[in-house]
Amino acid sequence: MDLNERPVIPEPVPTITEPPRAGEAHILSQQGTPLTDRAALEAPTMVSVKDLNLFYGRKQALHGINLEVGKNTVMALIGPSGCGKSTLLRCINRMNDLIDNVRIDGHVRVGQSDIYAPDVDVIGLRMRMGMVFQKSNPFPKSIYENVAYGLRVQGVKNRAVLDEAVERSLISAGLWDEVKDRLNESGLGLSGGQQQRLCIARALAVKPEVLLMDEPCSALDPLATSRIEELIFELKRDFTIVIVTHNMQQAARVSDFTAFFWMGKLIEVGLTEKLFTNPRERMTEDYISGRFG
Amino acid sequence: MRVDRRWGDAAVTVLARGALFLVFGLALVLGLTLLLRACPMLGSLERSTLLGSAWAPAQGSFGLRTFLAGSLAVTVLALGLSVPLCLLSALYLSEHASRRLRERVQPVLDVAAGVPSVVFGLFGVMFVVPGVAALGRLLGVPTTGYSLLAGGLVLALMAAPFTLSVALDVLLAVPMGLRETALAMGATRWETAWHVVLREARGGLLVAVVMGFARAFGETLAVMMVVGNVAVLPTSLFGPAYPLSALLANTYGEMMSIPRMEGALMSAALLLFLATGAVSCAATLVLRRMRRLG
Repeated sequence: MDLNERPVIPEPVPTITEPPRAGEAHILSQQGTPLTDRAALEAPTMVSVKDLNLFYGRKQALHGINLEVGKNTVMALIGPSGCGKSTLLRCINRMNDLIDNVRIDGHVRVGQSDIYAPDVDVIGLRMRMGMVFQKSNPFPKSIYENVAYGLRVQGVKNRAVLDEAVERSLISAGLWDEVKDRLNESGLGLSGGQQQRLCIARALAVKPEVLLMDEPCSALDPLATSRIEELIFELKRDFTIVIVTHNMQQAARVSDFTAFFWMGKLIEVGLTEKLFTNPRERMTEDYISGRFG
Repeated sequence: MRVDRRWGDAAVTVLARGALFLVFGLALVLGLTLLLRACPMLGSLERSTLLGSAWAPAQGSFGLRTFLAGSLAVTVLALGLSVPLCLLSALYLSEHASRRLRERVQPVLDVAAGVPSVVFGLFGVMFVVPGVAALGRLLGVPTTGYSLLAGGLVLALMAAPFTLSVALDVLLAVPMGLRETALAMGATRWETAWHVVLREARGGLLVAVVMGFARAFGETLAVMMVVGNVAVLPTSLFGPAYPLSALLANTYGEMMSIPRMEGALMSAALLLFLATGAVSCAATLVLRRMRRLG
């Protein structure tokens, strides 16, 4: 197919891949804990997006998105650049509030709270969420202070509490052994992959309800990437994760569910294995097989 | 064709290198001239005379301490007044103001930074000096208004657009991702500004302040118009001061008529030259050290 030619695409309708019949079990990944369809599907909802529309000025960037993320599952958001996946991610902790001229309607619930309710405390909401960005961006502070920052912002001063959180988070992020003897050195002295794990530790320190990851591996080499992927798989035990990725193998490796976006619309969402092996929509199939995007 | 282009390339290299040498050469010639002309003074008089505070050229006393103190006092006062205001304004513009406001303010700053100093001086004579005089009456301090305070205020006003403009550029260069990370962790805008943006930008901001210092230290006309120019050690905000630069501008005409005056003034110029240079060097060193520590 000519790459410049737009594929002929039917009017997209968001669909949910059919739930499996009872007794049907799939192993989702070669590594880590296998998760059955049932377990994943029955997980209590942690993030729920309902009829979400988002406009940048007059341009509509998200069209009527409906999506649910279960507790302790990993949801991957995939799709071509500019399809709205990062925008959606940033709706979940209201980072889009920082951009001028953004208008949002619809509902996003995290846990029990509607985070777009008029009386919601945005600062408090963000404290409950962790976010990891595409580019690793340690603060110009020591390794210790980087990880402790979220707690310090929350007013924690007790040294023992901070010490415990720093150690626990660095262990979770698989960085402890590499940095335990130089916690007071600058976070900027670490390698790229270490910096990104530091950023993950920083996000984990506050025990977030949801961990949002915006292409966390796109600036890393394959080795560092695979470490982070293993990490994501382990973190699922304690956290709910939403990850935006350009790398479809990565989505297939780390996630329980995958949502495919195209031009601001959610085309299809379902169990990752199903979506990659037997997608419902023609567009999804074209995208995952590399025919466009 | 090929050969022509190679020659062209070589010619540009020679030209560019020549330009560099010219610029550096001129600065070097300037410094050497000052040194050479100051030498008779430095040699023929005991150092104590030059470093003393008595200024009576007719009697052969050329103490520069008063003037150095005047320069420092006016400069430090001006920076003390303008730097906190400039940093706060720059932070507001970079962290809080809308893009629209920022884009409207920036050209105004550039225009303000380019206003000739004599205009600031006139403004000072018309408004700041009477203001200081009125304040003095209010506080019961006898003053003409031509004072250290007036000089500091005018200089602060003059330095502000430049310092603010540089500081704003420095703050805007802080990566957006750092701010977003802090905000995503639940920091407020101002917490983000204090904890993260200022910390990341501290080296650049130091440079902004030092550039402001160097400019303020050497500024002549505006200060000279309002500062009183009486050769006494500045002891009160409401009393007069006499900066080095003003001394040079006021007395270079008498250079030929009084013996050894030339050497004294050249020494003053050399002092001015070295002081600004030393401050810039110190800032560069501190900046390098900071970079290493990260």
